[in-house]
Amino acid sequence: MAEQIVFYVLAVGTVLGALAVIMPPFARNPLHAAVALLATFSLLAGLFVMLSAHLLAILQILVYAGAVMVLFIFVIMLLNLRRQDFGEFRATPWKILGGVAAFLVAVRVAMVAGASVANSTAADLGTPALQSFGGAYDVGWALTTRFFLPFEATSILLLVAIIGALVVARREGGAR
Amino acid sequence: MTAIPLSHWLVLATALFAIGAIGVITRRNLLIALMSLEVMLNGVALAFLAFARFRGDVSVHAAVFIVMAVAAAEVAVGLALAIAMWRHNGSVDLDRAARLKG
Repeated sequence: MAEQIVFYVLAVGTVLGALAVIMPPFARNPLHAAVALLATFSLLAGLFVMLSAHLLAILQILVYAGAVMVLFIFVIMLLNLRRQDFGEFRATPWKILGGVAAFLVAVRVAMVAGASVANSTAADLGTPALQSFGGAYDVGWALTTRFFLPFEATSILLLVAIIGALVVARREGGAR
Repeated sequence: MTAIPLSHWLVLATALFAIGAIGVITRRNLLIALMSLEVMLNGVALAFLAFARFRGDVSVHAAVFIVMAVAAAEVAVGLALAIAMWRHNGSVDLDRAARLKG
């Protein structure tokens, strides 16, 4: 019962945070949208813990709530956006209707996908093979054995992204 | 054993994905579009982790880890583009970035 209450509180908070990122009353000021995004990330980390993805919950805080948010806030302050630069949420009835329809279709797809999983009850984490489910050891083992090549490719991707970001954001004329 | 059925997790994940998609489509500000994109990616990560939990398969966590790294790279490049666009156009409105040639 307590688990359900925690789940629904976190779920409602996450959805409200995500809505606050895109909706006009909250997202007029760019920093407000960024803070709403921060709340969404943090609540999602709580949901990750509920799925016993402990390592990824910590990484969610470190990478998203830490690094990504700092980047966003840094750029917002660097650009010194005024309110009129920030764009409006141009909500027409058709867009809202389309959003609701898209959500209903997505819910239907989620239901079908959930029902099609043969074992619809959660795996029992009490079994010896799953004792350390979601911990650094298990995830690290998967990353360095079965997913070794994607893992290494990720490091190259990050290097390319760093260099690319520097080149793109460099001042025109380049003498720095 | 978790008391929350899988469908609840999936509905939450698709809700996040749908909200993010609406944001990307309707907001014309590059920064807000990037934030909405992050919400979409987080929805996908939540669906991945729910499936991982219910199937008892931890290797899915490795996929989510890589998605996180890709998202971080995407944000870095996207925000660099925002800065370049600001220098060039004086705005980060996506409607004003209609030309491919500077």
